[in-house]
Amino acid sequence: MITTYLFYFLSFLAIMFGLMVVLSKNPIHSVLYLVLCFFTIAGHYVLLNAQFLAVVHVIVYSGAIMVLFLFVIMLLNLNKETEPHKSIWLKASAAVAAGSLLLVMVASLKGASTIQSVNTFNPNIGLIENLGTTLFKDFLLPFEVSSILLLAAMVGAVMLGKKSIK
Amino acid sequence: MTLGYVIYKLILAVIVFTVTLLIAMYSTYAERKVAGFLQDRLGPNRAGWFGILQPVADAVKLFMKEEMIPSVSNKTLFIIAPGLSLLTACMTGVVIPWGTSLTIFGTSYSLQVTDLNIGILYLFGVVSIGVYGIMIGGWASNNKYSLLGAMRASSQMISYEVAMGISIIALIMTTGTLSVGQIAAQQHGWHWNILVQPLGCLIFIICAFAETNRAPFDLPECEQELVGGYHTEYSSMKMGFYLFAEYINMFVSSAVISTFYFGGYNMPFIGRFVHDGNLLAILGVVFLFAKIFFGIFFFMWVRWTIPRFRYDQLMNLGWKTLIPLSILNLVLTGAWMMRHEIISVFIK
Amino acid sequence: MQPLTNRSKIVVKKEMSLYERIYLPAIFSGMMITMSHFFKKKPTIQYPEQTRPFSAVYRGQHVLKRDDNGAERCTACGLCAVACPAEAITMVAAERKRGEEKLYREEKYAAVYEINMLRCIFCGDCEDACPKEAIFLTDRKVDSEVKRNLFTYGKDILVEGVEKDKRVDVSKRQTPEVLEFKKHKEFEHNR
Ligand code: SF4
Ligand code: SF4
Repeated sequence: MITTYLFYFLSFLAIMFGLMVVLSKNPIHSVLYLVLCFFTIAGHYVLLNAQFLAVVHVIVYSGAIMVLFLFVIMLLNLNKETEPHKSIWLKASAAVAAGSLLLVMVASLKGASTIQSVNTFNPNIGLIENLGTTLFKDFLLPFEVSSILLLAAMVGAVMLGKKSIK
Repeated sequence: MTLGYVIYKLILAVIVFTVTLLIAMYSTYAERKVAGFLQDRLGPNRAGWFGILQPVADAVKLFMKEEMIPSVSNKTLFIIAPGLSLLTACMTGVVIPWGTSLTIFGTSYSLQVTDLNIGILYLFGVVSIGVYGIMIGGWASNNKYSLLGAMRASSQMISYEVAMGISIIALIMTTGTLSVGQIAAQQHGWHWNILVQPLGCLIFIICAFAETNRAPFDLPECEQELVGGYHTEYSSMKMGFYLFAEYINMFVSSAVISTFYFGGYNMPFIGRFVHDGNLLAILGVVFLFAKIFFGIFFFMWVRWTIPRFRYDQLMNLGWKTLIPLSILNLVLTGAWMMRHEIISVFIK
Repeated sequence: MQPLTNRSKIVVKKEMSLYERIYLPAIFSGMMITMSHFFKKKPTIQYPEQTRPFSAVYRGQHVLKRDDNGAERCTACGLCAVACPAEAITMVAAERKRGEEKLYREEKYAAVYEINMLRCIFCGDCEDACPKEAIFLTDRKVDSEVKRNLFTYGKDILVEGVEKDKRVDVSKRQTPEVLEFKKHKEFEHNR
């Protein structure tokens, strides 16, 4: 019972913060609202009994990525004067495009409203032992492949960051 | 979840919170006293016996000070930031096992507020969001020095989190659990983790210094270059909050280091002399706090000995020394744990 | 050039050895040094309760002496003002009137005598210069003030009281050498 209320509460907060990300004028405020939004999503993970995912979500997204975002935006010092001016046509076309995307999504969701939850859902799958076993037994290959992807990204970053050899 | 259980958890949480604040308060006094003694001075000794009331006097002073908010600052964030700093500092205390369990009238009460099965990750998560208080405060002040301090703080914390995380992974591999309570329980007798993971312990301690922004890694607030760093514009109790957060962080890091590597509430040989469970639990708390106080003293000792790093030295140490070392530690730990398998491959 | 002490070290910029680059031994030895200071005896003097012992010839606030009958000794000759390297002393001389013999020993006296304590460097040259043994430096400290002009001490502060118990003892300044010198009446100073 209490989880249902929590779910609605967290969802409300998540959507509200999500809107605030888009609506707030100041980019720093946007980033901070996004961080709050991530926290509410972490709360959802906890409700799903996926504590590991929740904490990792907080560490990776709120703790690292958003800090870097904030870092860059603070250094850029964006404000009203430096904001690029967009023409009214651009704004109108963006509104139309986003509106139609929303329409498509709502329409597709309407058709899929009778979706059944997967029967094999195990409420303890989010706990760390089960997650580890699944990850390293059933999904070993995708896991390793993604690690290679990250390694490649890391090497690329190092290459970009290196001083050019004279 | 009976009412009694809730009340017991509530009381425990309040006690942990109060003790944390009390220790942070007296850390300020201890810091000045230790600094004085290390520099052949006496430190504060006028307020009360041996200056024992100095923190109270400081608190009164901070409360009475004029509150200044720069007119060009972002007021909301300016006010939220110190509170955020203090909040994240206080949040870590809940997963630390302060002792085993007390048995009162046949019911056993654990001295850990909550034993999350992902306790280490929780700690790590709280530490990683701790940087927001500093960053927001630095940016909201609308002052170049504050902003630079905030930048330094965030880049430093992100850099050292990596090495810290990898050194913890090696620890998790040997202990086989993510729960802080179990890690503490495993280290009974002489099974202290520092004996298993000496290099990991060293890396973790260095990173803990960097994460708490303590000297020699106190670049975010180095007076010579940045006036006061991220809290340049802060005055009165908001300033006090930042300082308080720093001392709480120090206390919590000492607690974490003691729990992870120095046996937590365990003390070798004590089981031979004391057999009463409750007495043992209380002694455990005493031992843990003795270790923590030594940790805090160690923090101060280092602060008043070692000069501050330069910024490039800091980054070099973090990225070029500590991270490779921690990866080496990880690989060595893995190799040691799999030694039978590796040897059997070679024998075949 | 001759080195002043044998403690100087010649600094060379060289590559650090591996032992030095680990830093930890150096950090450890540094921490041992600070720890040794932790247990050292502290040289602090707890000021209001304890005071530092004064040296016998401490030179503090001046006093203008009276003679045994209570008459001021100063004759406003101005030698102290001339001797003063800091130019801290000013005075206005006046002639002694009939009936004032009890107040002033000589026929000329200083109507105004001021020492600026902010300028004074407490060198004691005024004391040396004075032919009448009128001015002495004492072991009293010059109090702190909140206003600049309050440091200009006039005769009201400088001249000692007439009563026996208000006299300022300057015997500490009279070292054996000084007393020996004063016995020689052939020196002009002592006549
Ligand atoms: S002590 Fe020296 S500086 Fe001071 S008044 Fe006398 S002569 Fe001048
Ligand atoms: S104090 Fe001595 S030197 Fe100075 S004016 Fe008086 S008599 Fe002359």
